[in-house]
Amino acid sequence: MGTQRPEGGLSEQLPPLSGNEALVEANRCLYCYDAPCTHACPTHIDIPRFIKKIATGNLTGSARTILEANILGATCARVCPVQELCEGACVLGKEHKPITIGRLQRYSTDYVSDRGVDLFHAGAPNDLKVAVVGAGPAGLSCAGYLARLGYSVTLFEKRSLGGGLSTYGIIVLREPVETALAEVEMVRRLGVQIETGVELGGNLAWADVQSRFDAVFLSVGLGATASLGVAGEEHVMDGLAYIEQSKLEPDRVAVGRNVLVIGAGNTAVDCATIARRLGAGSVTIVYRRGEREMTAYPHEYEFIKLEGCEFRFLTRPVRVVSDVGGVTGLECVRVALGAPDASGRPEPIDVPGSGFVLPADQIIKAIGQNKPSLASLLGLTTARGYIQVNADLETSLSGVYAGGDCVRAWGAASTVMAVQDGKLAASAIHRKLSHTNG
Amino acid sequence: MADLRVNFAGIQSPNPFWLASAPPTNSGAQIHRAFEAGWGGAVWKTIGPPVLNVSNRYGAWHQGNLKMLGINNVELISDRPLEVNLREIAEVKRAWPDRAVIVSAMVESRREAWHDIIRRIEDAGADGIELNYGCPHGMSERGMGAAVGQVPEYCERITSWVMEVARVPVIVKLTPNVTSIVPPARAAVAAGANALSLINTVNSIIGVDLDSLEITPSIAGKGGHGGYAGPAVKPIALNMLAALGVDEVVLRSGLPISGMGGVSTWRDAAEFLLLGARTVQVCTSVMHYGFRIVEDLCDGLSNWMDEKGFATINDVVGRSLHRISDFGNFDLSFRAVARINEEKCIRCDLCYVACNDTAHQCIDLVSGSGVVVQPYSYAVTSNGRAEAVGTRPQPVVREVDCVGCRLCFNVCPVEACIEMVTLPPERESVTWAEIASAQPEVTEDWEAMENYREQKGIHIH
Repeated sequence: MGTQRPEGGLSEQLPPLSGNEALVEANRCLYCYDAPCTHACPTHIDIPRFIKKIATGNLTGSARTILEANILGATCARVCPVQELCEGACVLGKEHKPITIGRLQRYSTDYVSDRGVDLFHAGAPNDLKVAVVGAGPAGLSCAGYLARLGYSVTLFEKRSLGGGLSTYGIIVLREPVETALAEVEMVRRLGVQIETGVELGGNLAWADVQSRFDAVFLSVGLGATASLGVAGEEHVMDGLAYIEQSKLEPDRVAVGRNVLVIGAGNTAVDCATIARRLGAGSVTIVYRRGEREMTAYPHEYEFIKLEGCEFRFLTRPVRVVSDVGGVTGLECVRVALGAPDASGRPEPIDVPGSGFVLPADQIIKAIGQNKPSLASLLGLTTARGYIQVNADLETSLSGVYAGGDCVRAWGAASTVMAVQDGKLAASAIHRKLSHTNG
Repeated sequence: MADLRVNFAGIQSPNPFWLASAPPTNSGAQIHRAFEAGWGGAVWKTIGPPVLNVSNRYGAWHQGNLKMLGINNVELISDRPLEVNLREIAEVKRAWPDRAVIVSAMVESRREAWHDIIRRIEDAGADGIELNYGCPHGMSERGMGAAVGQVPEYCERITSWVMEVARVPVIVKLTPNVTSIVPPARAAVAAGANALSLINTVNSIIGVDLDSLEITPSIAGKGGHGGYAGPAVKPIALNMLAALGVDEVVLRSGLPISGMGGVSTWRDAAEFLLLGARTVQVCTSVMHYGFRIVEDLCDGLSNWMDEKGFATINDVVGRSLHRISDFGNFDLSFRAVARINEEKCIRCDLCYVACNDTAHQCIDLVSGSGVVVQPYSYAVTSNGRAEAVGTRPQPVVREVDCVGCRLCFNVCPVEACIEMVTLPPERESVTWAEIASAQPEVTEDWEAMENYREQKGIHIH
């Protein structure tokens, strides 16, 4: 440990577009009608409209177009898997290259954010109270929209900072902490009461929430990183904690010379990126299935390969090898792929007698998070371990809604999907309460 | 390889590309460099009476990523002393005997003044003289430039003064700031001019600054009309050129025409030649990119002529003029409809919105299963590249309803994606002029028109 760190290795990777770059790119947009990029965006931002507003020099209007549809437009501009969404659907991708929608969105949202312009304000109070549990993207989105409609919203957050994974879990290369926190402050200025250090089921009683509020939105995310179930796991670092430290205490991140990352999702890629950027000599992703089964987005996979990360596919860890000085390696077995398992992917089957040890002085696990534990506490019906909701995002308890990663039993869990959940739930809550009280 | 040489009213030029009288031809040093780059000729920036210029002379109109689609200016004629210009004209001509050195001139409307300037230009050795009857700003207020070009009588009188003494070919340059370009052209013909050129710049105000609320360009807080040029004026120039090309008086006179107004590329130049120009003059594009553009003007034109089998410039000049006609002579039975090539279509739906909102509502959005769907008909929960692209409907023209307006063809951003397909006519060929002559009531009375339509099976949706 203790290799030299490249200067600024974790700072935001893409520079902001210059005014001229933005103008040239905005003018390249065809201004499609009923545009596929807008369809592809889970929050259905009217993308050609906001881009044409950049072209006409109406940046305030551009930002409003974005934030009206997606209040966390500044985060999404940075973290969205645009290749799978808007940019992937751009008609110019067919024969040329798609418009860099994400970077244009960042250009517009930064414009208002840098100038401290608040485009939205709290609605006239309607004396209805909503509790939002969890200040991640889904919670902020729901709280923000409800505040604009005049609701008195209290947002409970167990951590000391709001923003959820935007603050704690997205590596700085993609989104600086400041961007996430600025969005939390924007929601606070809409009149949302944000109470941090408050955990439902801990220092906040469910009965208390039920009695004080007219509706509840649960946006609690997922639980801790899952367990590997191997001997010596206590020597393995938690990937999410690794990312969190790289964001909030970057100078204190301990990086090995020879790092193994277990898992091949986007979080694993992020952990590998941090290790590379902070000076690890070699970084290897260890995954029990094959290249085709890995859950990281294709563009993330391409990215981390260019970062110089190595891969060990079809390799299952069985034991952490350590001595008094700490980790020295990871004992693994080769696996073969069998018939599809419950996840629909081929089941990894150990190859007998294939054990070997990968040398390492740091091992990080990023193998997915546990299902939300709150469901059982509140007695909510679940689906595959996630909170079950109907089309209105209402849970099995009337008046209790949920969204974000904690309901994402199917499909890709992403910030933008969480934002849309918050928006749709806010709208459903408004329909229900204004009907009840109207 | 095509022969690009031109004989223009006796002025010899190695190619048809001349620099127009403007800032690029302000000095001998510039014209030396232009000739080194390959320009066939240059029309010296107008010499004449003393002037003083202002700062912030040029304003430009940009569109999207395209700079300077139009430029306007309030710069006057040459502000260098007459003697300096005449000396440099002589030097340039001595150095470049094979190039066309034409001098633009404008003086006050006195016979002696014109006689004097013409003689001095000829003494300097110029190959030709262009009479500037077009400058729309600064000089027109002093009774020169457009003030002459806009009044055919003045145009004729001054030209005849010039012709009294001129020994080299005289070109009359016309202003577009008139209702019809024909009367001043005929006046020049009547006065015995040797050639015509057009267009000079168009009266214009380029814009207003939204920060300062001043006119662009601002001259110490003031602004006003200036001469407009550049790619944006090309269609106006082509129309005026064609108007002369089909005018019987101009045609009978046989005067060659030097065409200009928005010529940027060899393609533009070829169009001017096809509509009757024998040389083309270029300014704005040179002011944007420099003298070097002449290389592709010559190269591109030459290659195109080779491909088309045109050996000389004369083979091209006026070749499309016989197609210039009037609405009254267009065939009303001609039918063209738009057809979208689904392989090439990128489904931007710009054709759909243009047709649906502003034309004739004859493009449908058709889903993969062949059903006509409305725009924005996806569910709020639908998202992602695969769904957005996979479920995107295809715009399809309902040909029975298509009137062949050609708007979709024009808005389509994909090369050769929308084609205007000629269909066999459903009726006998007839023109409006023929109807007006045979059945005048049809052109005057709606009931008669409706009967006519009924009789001919014309149904307008």
